Amino acid sequence: MSDDRSTRPDALSRRALLGRVGAAGAFVALTDVLPPAAGTADAQTARTPAREPLETLTPAEAATLESMTARLIPSDTTSPGATEARAAHYIDRALGGALAGFRGAYGAGLASVDAYARASKGALFAQLSAADQDAVLGDLERNAATGFEGGSAGFFALVLSHTMQGTFSDPFYGGNRNFAGWDLIGYPGVRLAATAEQQNLDAKPAPTRMSAYDYSMFSRRKPSRAGAGVKHDTHGD
Amino acid sequence: MATELRRTDVVIIGLGATGGVAALPLAQAGLDIVGLEAGTWLAPADMSPDELRNNFRGWPGAVQKANREIPTHRPDASAPYSPRLAIHPMMNAVGGTTLHYWAQSWRLSPWDFKVVSETRRRYGASKLPKGTTVEDWPFGLEELEPYYDRVEVEIGVSGQAGNVKGAIDQRGNIFEGPRSRPYPMPPLRGTGFTEMMAGAARSLGWHPFPGPAAVTSGRYQGRSGCVYHGFCNRGGCHVSAKGSTAVTTIPKAQRTKRLTVVTEAHVTSIDVDAQGRVSGVTYRKGTEEFFQPASAVLLAGYTYENVRVLLLSASKGFPKGLSNNHGQVGRHYFSHNQIATVNALFPRNLNTWYGLPAQGMAVDDWADDNFDHGALDFIGGGNLWVYSDRRPIAAANMSTFGRAPRWGAQWKAFIRENADRGNTAYLQRTTLPYEDNYLDLDPVVKDPVGFPVCRITADYKQNERRLADFIQDKMIQWYRAAGAIATEKTPVGTMGPSTHAYGGTRMGDSPETNVVNRWGFSHEVPNLGILGASVMGTSGARNPTLTAQALAWRTAEHLASNWKSIAT
Repeated sequence: MSDDRSTRPDALSRRALLGRVGAAGAFVALTDVLPPAAGTADAQTARTPAREPLETLTPAEAATLESMTARLIPSDTTSPGATEARAAHYIDRALGGALAGFRGAYGAGLASVDAYARASKGALFAQLSAADQDAVLGDLERNAATGFEGGSAGFFALVLSHTMQGTFSDPFYGGNRNFAGWDLIGYPGVRLAATAEQQNLDAKPAPTRMSAYDYSMFSRRKPSRAGAGVKHDTHGD
Repeated sequence: MATELRRTDVVIIGLGATGGVAALPLAQAGLDIVGLEAGTWLAPADMSPDELRNNFRGWPGAVQKANREIPTHRPDASAPYSPRLAIHPMMNAVGGTTLHYWAQSWRLSPWDFKVVSETRRRYGASKLPKGTTVEDWPFGLEELEPYYDRVEVEIGVSGQAGNVKGAIDQRGNIFEGPRSRPYPMPPLRGTGFTEMMAGAARSLGWHPFPGPAAVTSGRYQGRSGCVYHGFCNRGGCHVSAKGSTAVTTIPKAQRTKRLTVVTEAHVTSIDVDAQGRVSGVTYRKGTEEFFQPASAVLLAGYTYENVRVLLLSASKGFPKGLSNNHGQVGRHYFSHNQIATVNALFPRNLNTWYGLPAQGMAVDDWADDNFDHGALDFIGGGNLWVYSDRRPIAAANMSTFGRAPRWGAQWKAFIRENADRGNTAYLQRTTLPYEDNYLDLDPVVKDPVGFPVCRITADYKQNERRLADFIQDKMIQWYRAAGAIATEKTPVGTMGPSTHAYGGTRMGDSPETNVVNRWGFSHEVPNLGILGASVMGTSGARNPTLTAQALAWRTAEHLASNWKSIAT
C-alpha cells in the first residue's frame, strides 16, 4: 500500500511557504506572499465602466436586474453604488456557475418584477422613475407584490443578498469593480499579514487594492470566475 | 467483491481533529496504522483569503463526502423537518475541519465533569432539569490533564495560564482547573478593540483574559507565527500557523513510517468476526471496494458520521447496529447552545478588519458554576467571547439596529458610517442531553451511495433557553460598559446540524447508558475505540475540539499500552 503524501501539492514549496517571523512575531517576510509591485494589477480606473457582454441573462432580464441593483445600493454624488461595482455583472456570471441553481428563480422573478411594475406603475421596471422603482421594491420586500411564485419577498431577498455579494466580494468574481464596495465601507483590503499597529483602534491601514488572486501565492489556484458548488453561508465554528 | 488488503494493526477512520491526533501515539508505539480519510490533502496555496468562497460558498467544493450526507433535522418526533442545510457544518480533508476551524482550544472546567454530583451537592437533586440524561464523567479533570497538556504541546496552543498547580495568575482564567504547567506559547496578541473590552470588563469587576488558541503566537516547531490576516474564519491558514492536525500530528506520525494515509476513502462498514470482534473496515475509493483487515479500529469521524457508521454496520451479532445491543448509539445527543448571541453598535470605529476568531477576550465569571445559581432557574453558564474578525460582505450585512432599512440610500448612509462599528459576541453555554434528543438513520433521505443519512431529533429545552437569556444580558452589560450605543439579542434557534455536536456514543462506566467505557472502547466490542465529541457527555461552555483531542490521545495511548489484551 502506498503512502500518498508524495502527491501533497505543497511538499516542494514548504520552505518558501513557512517564511520567517521577526522577533516581535508581528511581521512576516515571505517573498511568496508579498504583493506584486503597484500597477501590475488590472488598470481599473474608469468611473463608469462599460457594460460587459452578458454571460447568462437575456438583455431584457439584465436591464431589469441592473435597475434593481441600482436602487438597492444607489449611486450618489459622494460615492458609487452597485452600478459602478458591477453587481449585476457578478450575478449574471455566477448564474452560470456557483449560483446556477438560481437561474430559474431569476428568470421567473425578473419577469414578475416587470409584470408587477407594468401593472402597478404602467411601465417596465427599468423605465420607471427612481421613486416608483423604490415603491415597487418596497412592495416586493413586504411580500405585497403580486404574481411571484412563492411570494415576492423571497425573490427580493435573493436579489439583495446577491447584490451585496456582487458589491462587496473579491473583485475576482466580476463585481466590486475598482474596489467600489470596499471603499464604500472603509474595508482596507486583503493583506496576507497584518501588523499589531494595523490592529490599533485608531489605525487606518491604507487600502491594498488587491484581489486575493493578485497575490502570487494564490494566483495559480484560482477558482472558476463564475464559482462552483454550493449556495449558502454557515454560522459559527 | 471487495479487494482484501494486507492486514494492519490499527485502522483509524477519519484523519481529522481526533483521528489525526490518535495516529501519533500509536505510531510512536510502533504500531502500523492505516488512516482512511474521505477527503484529500489541501495545501497552504489552497487557503486563499476569499470571503465569498470560504464563508458563502462553503469552501472547499472539490472533495466533500460530508456535503453529500448532510443530516436531516426535526425539533421533536412529531414536528415537521427543518429546511435541510446546503452545506455540511464540517468538512473532509486530511486534517478535517481543523483546517478551517476557529482553533479556540479550551480545557473543560472541573465542574463540567461532575455536573450531576456538584448540582446535587450545592443545590439539591431537584435542581437538575427534568428529562435530562446527564451523568458525571467516569473521571475528573485531573485524569485528563496530562493529555490536555500533551496535545497542547503537539499541536501548539497559545494562551495565558490562570492556574498552574493551584497558583492563580490574574492575567489568565482564574476559574480554570489546575494545569501542570503554562501553555507552550504566550497568548495571541491583543488588539485595540479586545483591550478596550478587557478594560470594560475590569470596570465591572469581572476577570477578562485572552483565550487559548491552537494558533502559533510565534515561531513554533518549525511553523510560522500567526499573521492575523483576517481570513482564518472558515479559511485555512496560508502560513500553517493554525494547528491543524494536517500540519502537526499527522506529519509527525508519518515521519515514523508507521502511518499510511489513504485519501478519498469512503468507509461503508466496520466488520465483525464470529466472536463479535472487529475484523476490519470496508471502504470505497472511486469505483473500487476494499476490505482492510485490522486488529483494532478507531472510529474517528464527526459525531453524525460516527453514529451513522455504527448504525449502518449491523450484523448477526449486532442486529441494531454495531455496539448497539443496549440501544445507546445515537442517545444523549446534543449540540452546543451557542446560536443566541448579542450584536452591538459602537459610536466609533473598532478596526476589527484583521485578526482571527481566536484573537479575543474572554470572561468566565458567568460560566459553568462559577456563580451562585440558588436564586436562578437553571444550571450551568456561559463563556463570553469577543474577538477581532470582520470581512466586507459580512460587515455590509450587519444589523442596522432598527436605525435604517436594509437597502437604498438610507441604508447606504448607515453602512458608510457604521460598517466598522458593529460587533457580535460568541456565547457558548452549558448544554445538557435529554431523553428525547437523539440521532438515528433517516427513513427516507439517502446519500448518493444509497445509505440513509443521519437524522437529528433534538431541540433546546427550558434550561438552555433560560441560560441563553441570562448570558445575553451579561454580554449586553459588558458591551454597554465598553460604550455600545445599541445592542440586540438574536434568537436561541433550534438544535440543527452543528459544528459542536456531542454524544451519540457517550463514555461512561455503565453499558446500560453508555456506548464506550472510560477508555473510549466499546462496552460491546473490545477492539473498537471511538474518538470525537460523540463520546462527551457534557459540553461545558467552550469549544469541544481540545477535549476531544485529549480523549483521543488517551484512548490511543491506552490501546498501545494494552495492545495484547485489547487487540489480540
